[in-house]
Amino acid sequence: MHRKAILFLSPSWILLLLFFITPMLLTFGFAFTNLSLTGTDAANIQFIGFQNFTNMFQDPEFRISVFRTLIFLLFSAVVGQVVLGLILALLMKEKARGFRRFIGVIVIAGWVTPEIVVAFCWVAFLSDAGTFNSILQGIGFEPITWLFTFPMVSVIIANIWHGTAFSMMVFQAALDDVPKSVQEAAVIDGASRWQIFFRVTLPIVKGSIVTNMMLVTLQTLGVFTLIYTMTGGGPGNATQILPIFMYNQAFVNYQFGYGTAISLVLLVIGTVASLLYMRFMKVKL
Amino acid sequence: MWKSAKGVWLFMLIFILVTMAACSSNTESEDGKKELTVVYRSPGSVDSLMNFFESGVIEEFEKEHPDIDVKITPITASEGDYFSKVALQMKSAETAPDVVSEDTFMLNSDANAGYLDPLDDRIAEWEEWDNIIENLKSGVTAEDGKVYGVPSTSDSRGLWYSKELFAEAGLPVPWEPKNWEEVLRAAITIKEKTDGVTPLFMQVGKANGEAVSMQTLEMLLYGTGDTLYDDSDKKWVVESPGLLDSFRFISQVYDVEKVGPDFSVVMSGQSGNVAFQQLFPQKKLAIALDGSWNARNWAENGAAPIENVEEKIGFAPMPTQNGQEPGAITMSGGWAWAIPSKADMKEEAWEFIQFLMEKDNSINRSLTDGNLNTRTDAVEVEEYVNRPFAKESQAYLENAQFRPANDKYPAVSTQLQTVVEAIATGKLTPEDAVQQYKAGVERVVGKENTKVAE
Repeated sequence: MHRKAILFLSPSWILLLLFFITPMLLTFGFAFTNLSLTGTDAANIQFIGFQNFTNMFQDPEFRISVFRTLIFLLFSAVVGQVVLGLILALLMKEKARGFRRFIGVIVIAGWVTPEIVVAFCWVAFLSDAGTFNSILQGIGFEPITWLFTFPMVSVIIANIWHGTAFSMMVFQAALDDVPKSVQEAAVIDGASRWQIFFRVTLPIVKGSIVTNMMLVTLQTLGVFTLIYTMTGGGPGNATQILPIFMYNQAFVNYQFGYGTAISLVLLVIGTVASLLYMRFMKVKL
Repeated sequence: MWKSAKGVWLFMLIFILVTMAACSSNTESEDGKKELTVVYRSPGSVDSLMNFFESGVIEEFEKEHPDIDVKITPITASEGDYFSKVALQMKSAETAPDVVSEDTFMLNSDANAGYLDPLDDRIAEWEEWDNIIENLKSGVTAEDGKVYGVPSTSDSRGLWYSKELFAEAGLPVPWEPKNWEEVLRAAITIKEKTDGVTPLFMQVGKANGEAVSMQTLEMLLYGTGDTLYDDSDKKWVVESPGLLDSFRFISQVYDVEKVGPDFSVVMSGQSGNVAFQQLFPQKKLAIALDGSWNARNWAENGAAPIENVEEKIGFAPMPTQNGQEPGAITMSGGWAWAIPSKADMKEEAWEFIQFLMEKDNSINRSLTDGNLNTRTDAVEVEEYVNRPFAKESQAYLENAQFRPANDKYPAVSTQLQTVVEAIATGKLTPEDAVQQYKAGVERVVGKENTKVAE
């Protein structure tokens, strides 16, 4: 029986090993090489120790990119998607079914739209001769070059628009699971609405919040299409967050090894952020 | 389902074998002819090279070589992505094309990577090689001194200017500035004498990538006598008087005299299109330092046709800094036909390249795509030189300079783009920019591969 189980599991194990674990280990290894797509280095790959990392930390652009990544993460993921998603979920709680459906569909529309389409929509909306500027001009304002003047704000708003529905749905499910009896007991004990929210509801859904924050964080750290399409990382480097920086190093400068090293840093940021959330919210997963 | 473990193993084995068989390549097409794969970059909607191929040349070649079936497989991608895709294709014998169109700027890197076959033996026996413009041959010669491609198209750069605006501002037409100072003076005059006109356009936005390095910085730097890379000792020149002066000129234009375009225009990846398809036709741009290919926009079937364009717009040579010898310069790029080292039909590929480079075919291609021809005898063909600006563009090739044939160039170029943009937007002084550039290049290529020029 046992042997048969191993036999039947072996294809999936082999596939995982071949297509998942090996590339992961290779990526880790390549971060310490001068792997390149073209040039002498492509013909002659060498182990170069920590040179990619020392180069990275000496590169002022890298440091600014990390900073921009954190800003993007904070505002578009934590403040934007999580908080806004929670507010939406709370506002919709115990409202009429029709209302919930109607609002729900509108918000979810942003989420089900593919990232590239979202990016195009926002470019069309914010571009110099876009919808937003047409409206502004219609009511007598000067048009503003949004993507040029406020690039970071633009991509943050676009990402919030795209991702909030996910948080909202997670929170809706969590809030629906909060037992009514607990809340009623709190009301009888004389708790105010705020007290019920902060002392009763929030602690109960804490686990969902942390899980959601982690998922949203990791997803936001991987945002590439949206920004690349909307601003290309510019103007200048104003929206060059780490994934874009990585792409530029790997596919514009053809330094694959350096690019993989950056991806490891991205991984570390994601891990640290996740651990911090768990620590901060005192949740064990 | 299966009675024994044997059955499962057998099934898996068959499955794997079938899959692997399906993956392997086959160079013979159905009718027993050998398939010759040709790869080039298609810009998308208007694919002039495809138009050329479809104009009957392929049939002609196949008639001459009845055993060959030419398969044209364009890659529709941005330039950067095209290089990545082609490099990946050439890495494996399964996917390597037989003929590949290479930007001369990537040729050296791909040669160093071992992706390309040297052509020296082949061109030694090919008479037409003598008819290729001598200057362009250095663009297809790699660091090891071997030739890896046959130049198929070329380009030059210079100063586009609006004759109408120049006349309005009282500037001489035709215009032939003798040095940088005269270019700047003309821009300042335009600013003073006209209204709502952008005096001088130079690519400085990082979004435009290589255009910033080649059309702006290198057009200046190579006119000072200094270079980016010293071929004699194979070192990058990270600090030189010429570099500082080039940076200063950019700062003069954008930051001090403010004769450049709006930043919202010049920072966008579309700035070239805006300049040549909107501003020039609308008489809102006086001078632009850019490439010869832009003339295509104004042709009858172009994006922004202009009638009698040569009466309205001129193409002046870019002068050297102080008018020193040779008086004017241009950077030149262009594309070349090459044969991947993992191609499986190298002889046939060479036949095809020779065929494409025959005088008639080569000139017909230039007529279709509007690029410069790489043959010395092209200027004798009336139809070719009669195209607007063809004579000037072709003539500037005489002083053509090429980008460093070193595979760190793309990374160095990125450093240049960053500092040029910072200078234009006033975030860096030219002096600080030199220091930042120096630090950046030292980091990318290693300090031992750099030097300071006096």
